[in-house]
Amino acid sequence: MGIEQKLGNMGVVTARLEDVVNWSRTNAMWPMLFGLACCAIEMMSAQSANHDMSRFGMELMRPSPRQSDLMIVAGRVSRKMAPVLRRLYDQMPDPKWVVAMGDCASCGGVFNNYAVVQGVDEVVPVDVYVAGCPPRPEALIHGIVTLHEKVRKEKFKDWA
Amino acid sequence: MSDTLKGYQERLAQAFDGKMSEFAGEVSVFVPAQKIEAAARMIHDEFGFKFLSFVSAVDYWPAEKPRFHAIYRFTAIEQKLTLNVRVPVPGISPSLPTLEPVYHNANWHEREIFDMFGINFEGHSDMRRILMPADWQGHPQRKDYPLGYEEPQYSFNFDEIAARKPRGKE
Amino acid sequence: MTQIQEVSLDEIRHLVSDRAISGETMLLNMGPQHPSTHGVLRLLLELDGETVVNCIPDIGFLHTGIEKNMEAKTYQKAEVMTDRMDYMNTVGNNFTYSLAVEKLIGLDVPPRAQALRVILAELTRIQSHLVWLGTSALDVAAMSVFLYCFREREEVLHIMELVSGQRMMTTYIRPGGVWRDVPVEFEKAVRDFLKIIPQRIDEYEAMLTKNPLFLDRTLGIGPISAEDATNWGLTGATLRASGVNYDLRRFAPYSGYEQYDFDVPLRTEGDVYARYIVRMEEMRQSVRIIQQALDKLPLGPVRSNNHKFVPPPRSEIGTSMEALIHHFKLWTEGFSAPQGSVYVATESPRGELGCYLESDGGPKPYRVHFRTPSFDNLQVLPFLSKGFLVADLVAIVGSVDIVLGDIDR
Repeated sequence: MGIEQKLGNMGVVTARLEDVVNWSRTNAMWPMLFGLACCAIEMMSAQSANHDMSRFGMELMRPSPRQSDLMIVAGRVSRKMAPVLRRLYDQMPDPKWVVAMGDCASCGGVFNNYAVVQGVDEVVPVDVYVAGCPPRPEALIHGIVTLHEKVRKEKFKDWA
Repeated sequence: MSDTLKGYQERLAQAFDGKMSEFAGEVSVFVPAQKIEAAARMIHDEFGFKFLSFVSAVDYWPAEKPRFHAIYRFTAIEQKLTLNVRVPVPGISPSLPTLEPVYHNANWHEREIFDMFGINFEGHSDMRRILMPADWQGHPQRKDYPLGYEEPQYSFNFDEIAARKPRGKE
Repeated sequence: MTQIQEVSLDEIRHLVSDRAISGETMLLNMGPQHPSTHGVLRLLLELDGETVVNCIPDIGFLHTGIEKNMEAKTYQKAEVMTDRMDYMNTVGNNFTYSLAVEKLIGLDVPPRAQALRVILAELTRIQSHLVWLGTSALDVAAMSVFLYCFREREEVLHIMELVSGQRMMTTYIRPGGVWRDVPVEFEKAVRDFLKIIPQRIDEYEAMLTKNPLFLDRTLGIGPISAEDATNWGLTGATLRASGVNYDLRRFAPYSGYEQYDFDVPLRTEGDVYARYIVRMEEMRQSVRIIQQALDKLPLGPVRSNNHKFVPPPRSEIGTSMEALIHHFKLWTEGFSAPQGSVYVATESPRGELGCYLESDGGPKPYRVHFRTPSFDNLQVLPFLSKGFLVADLVAIVGSVDIVLGDIDR
């Protein structure tokens, strides 16, 4: 929003409430500590010192769905896990977003069989799909930045 | 192959009127279904194979007699020997005695076979499904169970599949 | 979508004590989404206060149908599935599967490929132990170890990326050898890593081995005797911490492990702390093995030249009709294996990883079964955790080093 320049000149900021709310949402988006399979390890890598996802206000992985805004579905979702995943999603307070991390979560990946849900979008609505098997930590971070862009464009009337 | 192992295999085949088959230097001893527990006790107590590597099964559908083979592999850690045992199981109400009292880790392996092949283990302490949900129909690794292949989306059939694909709601 | 499983007390009546029926003890659900169950493991706990009376693991939340799906693919194409099984030991899974296929069709592997396989498998072991150390230290509330371990893990992943182009799912080891020769930078990259890692292991040990908080959480927790451990089918460091010398690299050497000089670390206590010590020492032994393998890395081809089973090099396809035919045959219908069954086991970071492969004479495996170490290692959890606190249970789950992808397949 260029808040620093405006503040430096006048000491007063005028902005639309929508912009301020969306800005604050992007900068403290707490993901749920919820790993399923291989991608969870890369998600942990993204959290670790080399990639440091906390630069985006995400250093807090919340183990409880009730405290988190973002669900990163990291890995393949089996038929046994799908209802559990849905319940976790239902327990998250609004506003909430979902990132499907990796091929398995996006479309089933290489596992086209009886046991795996062919894309987690069959169970929960997905905002951003991250490709890769597993995606590099950089790819996950790119996915999250993409989600931030999406959140910045959100309108209040869509939430109502 | 060492002579000790050969001796064990021959004793086992003699005691349980089984036959032997060989492939790639490994011998499997066939033991009848009802005698596997006695055979396991002999392998554990007399031969000293204290470690059960795994239990699994193969489905030879549409062959019926026997439809399944249960596969056991025993290891003697100090003697550095391994022993393969195969047990033919019929297709109609397949059932085997459990090895749980002899080898504790047979527990989950047998549950997995029950889940995946529908072979029942008599005397097992906890015969429930292990990998699939409890209300699942069928036994996935049987050969007559379909893989469950879903048609992949390409540009020419994208809309058609997208229309019938279920979507998660808010 | 099936419903969430709701287990009634009647169904698990035989697994809980009588006090649970009268309501004297509490039944508590832990997982499948829980930060310290290392994935999607669900534990049903019967608690007396904070003491575990019974622990009933419920697995299958990551069941992927890999074994069934591999039956629908040709031998080469099925290999990509194995990476995703135990996702901390991707190279080791390829390794086991390739050895099984090679045994089935009777294929020889050139010595350079064997040495490369050993180097990569040992690098993977270090990487896997680093993740184990980081996450299980996190379970007993040591946060900084996690950050340290993932720093070194990145170094290993860079080497993996260098040789195969992928960080985790390399599929670099293939039946008949490896995908291609390593790039020239490989040797320097590995040597650089070998230079730093021993000091780094000392660093982790400085943080944990004599740390009184860590000792309190691990000493004497979840012990198991050698006899019980064998009977429960434990393998890997979990078994060796109880004093049973069972390491498949020694028990049945494969891929030239017999030519390397290394020790198998053993402890006799069998508790959480002993497992930690054994794994730390294993990392050092892996460094030794890599050092030796790298020093005497032979030159030569990295793939078998039996083009009935192994694709011919790309350069030959343009000039040789025979190579073109082999290439076409291999990538359309695949190769056929003789009828029969084999079992090959390797020492994965977690224990005995075995591949049972059965062929009916066709180009697809008739039956694939993986004997996975975590499956047996987790099974013993009710036995280990009885009488300990819930907080100790977390340390025990961490110490047996499970990977849910390995259990559920």
